[in-house]
Amino acid sequence: MSQQAANLVEPINPVESVANQTQAILIEPPRRWEALELREFWRYRELLYFLTWRDVKVRYKQTAIGAAWAILQPFLTMVVFSVIFGSLIQVPSDGVPYPIFSYAALLPWTFFAGALTRSGNSLVYDANLVSKVYFPRMILPFAAVLSLLVDFAIAFIVLLGMMLFYGIVPGIAVLTLPLFLLLAFMTALACGLWLSAVNVKYRDVAYVIPFLTQFWLFMTPVAYSSSIIPEAWRPLYGLNPMAGVIEGFRWALLSTGQIPSGPIFVSAAVVIALLIGGLFYFQRMESQFADIV
Amino acid sequence: MRDIAIHVENLGKRYCIGERRETYGTLRDTLMQAMQTALRALRGRGSHHGKAEIWALRDLSFELKRGEVLGIIGRNGAGKSTLLKILSRVTRPTVGRAWIHGRVGSLLEVGTGFHPELTGRENIYLNGAVLGMKKTEIRQKFDEIVEFAEIEQFLDTPVKRYSSGMYMRLAFSIAAHLEPEILIVDEVLAVGDAAFRKKCLGKMQDISSREGRTILFVSHDTDAIQRLCWRCILLEHGHALADGDPASVVARYLSVHSFKGCPNAWIDLSHTARMGTGEARFVALQFSSQCAETAFQPYSKGPLEFSLAVESDAARSVGSVAVSLRDLSGLRLVNADTVLIDRAIPLRKGCNLIRLRIDSLYLNPGVYRLGLWLADPITVYAANTPYDYIESAFEIEVIKVESDGNGLGPNSVVTCDFDVVDVS
Repeated sequence: MSQQAANLVEPINPVESVANQTQAILIEPPRRWEALELREFWRYRELLYFLTWRDVKVRYKQTAIGAAWAILQPFLTMVVFSVIFGSLIQVPSDGVPYPIFSYAALLPWTFFAGALTRSGNSLVYDANLVSKVYFPRMILPFAAVLSLLVDFAIAFIVLLGMMLFYGIVPGIAVLTLPLFLLLAFMTALACGLWLSAVNVKYRDVAYVIPFLTQFWLFMTPVAYSSSIIPEAWRPLYGLNPMAGVIEGFRWALLSTGQIPSGPIFVSAAVVIALLIGGLFYFQRMESQFADIV
Repeated sequence: MRDIAIHVENLGKRYCIGERRETYGTLRDTLMQAMQTALRALRGRGSHHGKAEIWALRDLSFELKRGEVLGIIGRNGAGKSTLLKILSRVTRPTVGRAWIHGRVGSLLEVGTGFHPELTGRENIYLNGAVLGMKKTEIRQKFDEIVEFAEIEQFLDTPVKRYSSGMYMRLAFSIAAHLEPEILIVDEVLAVGDAAFRKKCLGKMQDISSREGRTILFVSHDTDAIQRLCWRCILLEHGHALADGDPASVVARYLSVHSFKGCPNAWIDLSHTARMGTGEARFVALQFSSQCAETAFQPYSKGPLEFSLAVESDAARSVGSVAVSLRDLSGLRLVNADTVLIDRAIPLRKGCNLIRLRIDSLYLNPGVYRLGLWLADPITVYAANTPYDYIESAFEIEVIKVESDGNGLGPNSVVTCDFDVVDVS
């Protein structure tokens, strides 16, 4: 005991202890609404990186063809769409070959649908982490969405090949592509935040997500062109942010139609509202996650 | 305030039991749940009807000085884990507050965040990040971690191919190289084989005495608490029942609800405090020295036979069934564990009877506490929980039969057979 006691009086590095004084953490009951802890999120950015990296690494482990799935998923869908909608039903494709018309849309759509599914299930999937370790929980849905960006990048290579094949040279508009990707990212994240938070308490969400993505696919001009939507309905159509994203992708890559500026702004406004709401809702539910997950 | 590491003030946490245990896992559950809710609504009762509340922690206040090692002891459901979860910020309290000065590292479970598909090397980075280490920090300590875990050759093998021992060693090694100013540790560290436990406790002793860190340690294990801690708090039903030096708090802990067992009669264990998954559990026990002259009471150097009634919810084979005897300070003196004789016990679904015999009991006359343990050594590693563990079921008195000549009591912990062979 005396030896241990001697350790008590061992001088503590003064610089260190001053630093400790400033970083005292207060633990108290949750309040109804709390300010967003974005600084805390930033402090844990390395964990965000590692979880994203884990999701990417693990996704195609022990599969025979590995990351080729990232290409095959949108590619095979494109083939099916081309046969059914392009050849059989002959859906108009704004003057570009149907395969590339649909692939340019399937690219952001596959990203979005995958990101939505993964992030919606992220908290339940990592329930073990949530109930045992502290970190800003927002990192989990965020990492899930980020990890799908890698798949997007891989599938994008095929698009470049197809554009080469069809001899399509994008105009200056292609520079706006990251903006549309950002919009898709924010949409997926916003939905992911809402769904994952609800999923913690109601596992029904896990069953709702497949229906949601399927339903949403039909509401979004992936297989068809939004030019078949009557003009009067267009602004309303903009309420679906993914419609704006996909129109934007086609416009930026294939120069079809013109910049759908009206609906895009409606989409952006919807997404920002959804995202801010999602952040606050998520943070409000966060204090209960560990107890009920 | 300079030397205070943790300050806890009137901390309380309330759980709604209904909410906590509801299962929404499968579609069938969901439908059943939906139907039940609908039925209840039809009958005019809300779905919140009958939802019980429980205070897992209530009015707890204490202060922990920098460099102090505090043990927290208490039975299952006493609020220990809840306290740790609040202090490590996994969950929030319902009332009260706590201040924490310094970087906290918490180990509520070893290997949290391990991914079975990833290699040892990858998991070191992932788990390190999960525990709050910076990438540069992990890189710096990488070799040390690998060396401590003794897994050099398997660094690039997915951890799902690891043996349970390797898995635990790696997990603990990463955690042990975390360098927080305040370390919060749950008892899971103390699960595993004896050598591993010793290594873990040794490392923790190192951390506290050599590096002067503040440690908050929760355990059922009275030995570990006494060896490691300078101070101990006894929790019961969310309240602090005692706070003081480990020896007296542990004695207090062990003396709560204890009774002396009678030999050669079935003793009901179904209401005894315990931990474990409960998939298989002790329901009753009988002990006897098989000697009518002592009225079947166990005696020094005599045999002791146990009949253990074990209920299992499925047919399974358990590798470790153990009966232990501790002295009143909690020191384990005897541990008759089937894992030591390499005997797996096959259990039927339902009730089973296991008879276990200690040939000679080398204990001095006195009062001892009986403990019971039922586990599969493999799943203990994987899930961190035995099927059933009763630290102190009841007290057993060991009597003396041989006359001890001059009436002097034995001056030792255990006894032995001895004689004078020769004098020349």
